[in-house]
Amino acid sequence: MSDKLLEIKDLRVSFFTPVGEVKAVNGIDYSLGYNEVMGIVGESGSGKSVEAYAIMSLLQSPGRIVGGSVLFEGEDITKYDAKQMTDVRGNKISMIFQNPMTCLNPVYTIGDQLVEALTCHNSSISKQDAKKRAIEMLDLVGINNAEKRFNQYPHEFSGGMRQRAMIAMALICNPKLLIADEPTTALDVTIQAQIIELMKDLQKKTDMSIIFITHNLGVVAEICDKVTVMYAGHVLEQGAVNDIFYTPQHPYTRGLLRSMPRLDSENQDRMIPIEGTPVDLLDPPRGCSFGPRCEHCMKICLQNVPPLVEIGENGHVSACWLHVRQAAEKKEAK
Amino acid sequence: MTSYILKRIGSALITLLIVAATTFFLMNAVPGSPFITEKSTPEMIARAEAKYGLDKPLVVQFVNYIKGYFVGDMGVSLKMQQDTSVAEIIFNQNKLALSSRIGAYALLLAVVLGIPFGCIAAYNRGNWIDGLLRVVTTIGVAIPGFVVATTLLVLFGVQLQWLPVRSGSMETASAFILPVFALSFYPSCYIAKLTRASMLDAINQDYIRTARAKGLKTGKVIFKHALRNSLIPVITYLGPLTAYIITGGFVVETTFSIPGLGKYFISSILNRDYPIIMGTTVVLAALIIIMNLLVDIAYKLVDPRISLSKGDV
Repeated sequence: MSDKLLEIKDLRVSFFTPVGEVKAVNGIDYSLGYNEVMGIVGESGSGKSVEAYAIMSLLQSPGRIVGGSVLFEGEDITKYDAKQMTDVRGNKISMIFQNPMTCLNPVYTIGDQLVEALTCHNSSISKQDAKKRAIEMLDLVGINNAEKRFNQYPHEFSGGMRQRAMIAMALICNPKLLIADEPTTALDVTIQAQIIELMKDLQKKTDMSIIFITHNLGVVAEICDKVTVMYAGHVLEQGAVNDIFYTPQHPYTRGLLRSMPRLDSENQDRMIPIEGTPVDLLDPPRGCSFGPRCEHCMKICLQNVPPLVEIGENGHVSACWLHVRQAAEKKEAK
Repeated sequence: MTSYILKRIGSALITLLIVAATTFFLMNAVPGSPFITEKSTPEMIARAEAKYGLDKPLVVQFVNYIKGYFVGDMGVSLKMQQDTSVAEIIFNQNKLALSSRIGAYALLLAVVLGIPFGCIAAYNRGNWIDGLLRVVTTIGVAIPGFVVATTLLVLFGVQLQWLPVRSGSMETASAFILPVFALSFYPSCYIAKLTRASMLDAINQDYIRTARAKGLKTGKVIFKHALRNSLIPVITYLGPLTAYIITGGFVVETTFSIPGLGKYFISSILNRDYPIIMGTTVVLAALIIIMNLLVDIAYKLVDPRISLSKGDV
């Protein structure tokens, strides 16, 4: 048994479209321990959701894993066949999605959908027990009147309630890992805060690990232990949440933090956007994917892809040529 | 729900009245009389018209008709089976029963064939199975009913002699095969196309991704989560389909010489047998209206978001 719950090694995902291969995920590495919450941040199209679907084997055609491995408790689940994967999905790894308004099937009751999530992994459970467990779960995620709500349809729930029901459904089999793909993006701000609180609370109660995919850095600061910053299918920076927020190293991470609205800014500073547009993944730059937009861009940045180098404590790593030299100097000094 | 159904029955009666009025005044707008023949003299015609009340003003005739319908009197045949009551002809001489049986089998066959083939095509999207089904269903919706009926008749009845050419009184099961198949070919193909399209739409919905993320097996994802959502357009089509089955039935009954209501309806028009035209039109219109009501109730059963009582009729 591995001491890591999830280890992703050099994962590559491509979409084979008629106009060419779109490399959505370009060899990413990270690991997640038990009882750990990791945030994956990046702008739209950075590959953060695709990478999550790849873990769950839920990639839509023409998307395909083209390399690398996903070790879940030491076993490479990319090698699993369809049947083995259905045993993993919803049972050991669960997922919740961005838009709770469309993620529940409109023609079945909430209770029916919850019970189904339980019985498809646990065929021996009786109908009464399954119903009891489903109502318990609804109660746990803060849905009042759970017994009445059990028999209601999704259209009788509000957006926040639906996301709570989604969470109840995802957690009903006690998964070890929950992947939350922008679970609060479609909700309004007060509801967002409630859902984040709920997830924090449930994480403590159940000791599961969470991968939290978002472009909202505020949410990350709230809930995560560590953070991975992704851009154009590459990991640019990774580290403990405090290191990323207080000592961001990669120019892209700094740009992200600068472009975020702050309540505590003393003067009425404008937010500073990151100039330029995201990479065309059909024709990615030869060197660092962020190079063309980077204010510190050097010659080497446009020619070679920078490796991830260690730049601080607690596994703080960054992929930037600025840091490669520093890291080398540090090593020499030692 | 009950008040909804009562409302619908009320509006159905009004619809029927409009259908009856339109039919009545249109058929009387055609010049001439049911009793004109080469040999008939004006006196004979006048006497016959007086006997059946056709000499009265149109409005009076119409009101008498409607009064009759409320007490179950649909009038008597003027020519085709002179002086036999229309109700007797439609309901007791097995004409309606025979046509309904063929129609119901055809409807059932269309649904039973169309939905699974639509699912198979959607599941196999892009490969040869989908391609083959697309060719067959496109041919099915493009060819007129009488061509299908005649082709089947020539192929299986005349060339191969597997099945009877004249269905006659429809006493054997084999007599039903060709007419039912001919009648259901178009709707089967249409339902298959409809199911394929709505299935593909449903498969790409977020809740299907959720169902897969839960760890459900593909079969359950498709047949439980996707199918029920994709049935809504198919149910919508069942209303117009009933109308098609009725009009298609005329063609099929004529082609296979089946003594059903459809064939009788057409000859009643050719013979200007007014009470029979009225009777068959009202009965068929009522059938279509009932089917549409059933479709609306079926909606509610399939999709809980649809509320019957709140919406206007």
